[in-house]
Amino acid sequence: MSPVLSVAITVTLVMYVLAMGLGLMRLFRGPSAQDRVLAVDFMYVVGMLLMLVLAIRYDSSMYFEGALLMVLFGFVSSVALAKFLLRGEVIE
Amino acid sequence: MTSTSEWVVAVLLVLSGAMVLAAGLGLWRLPDFFLRMHAPALASTLAAWIVTLASIVHFSARGEGLSLHVWLIIIVLSITAPVTTMVLARAALFRRRQAGDALPPALKPRRQERPPPSPR
Repeated sequence: MSPVLSVAITVTLVMYVLAMGLGLMRLFRGPSAQDRVLAVDFMYVVGMLLMLVLAIRYDSSMYFEGALLMVLFGFVSSVALAKFLLRGEVIE
Repeated sequence: MTSTSEWVVAVLLVLSGAMVLAAGLGLWRLPDFFLRMHAPALASTLAAWIVTLASIVHFSARGEGLSLHVWLIIIVLSITAPVTTMVLARAALFRRRQAGDALPPALKPRRQERPPPSPR
């Protein structure tokens, strides 16, 4: 791995972590419940992107399955939380 | 010695980092919930596409042929992200209407209620 790519990966990871920190602040601050759900969904997506970047960093495609699982679980959790906000029940 | 594919991957990764940071800033800075809903879409569409492209370039440049399996994430994400947004927006509208808060204006102006026809 060349130094250019290594530096780029480090910069990208730092940017992702900053964005996740902003999402975490919104999660703690968020005036309403739907703000918090939105922040959780955003943090799931950023975590998935972070795993894809780690796959490039460690040159292994094992991270890909983890990223796919994170997409699916993020979708299920966000929809379940939004459904709970909408109806007061998840499965009726 | 840096090859061309590594330059491409590096530029794409930094670009996606900037996109995700912009999305995070939007999520933190925008004043209203319905404005804040726009920001994370930047992360789940453009940034995810760019990272996928970088991953495809990186794993294809190793000389083991084209590796397109990362594309699966884009397919799943482009199916699930609109559903999440839609359900969340409906939940937010419902909760605001229940609480009696101010709602965003409707797309079409609501038609004026006609007065009932007066009996002659």
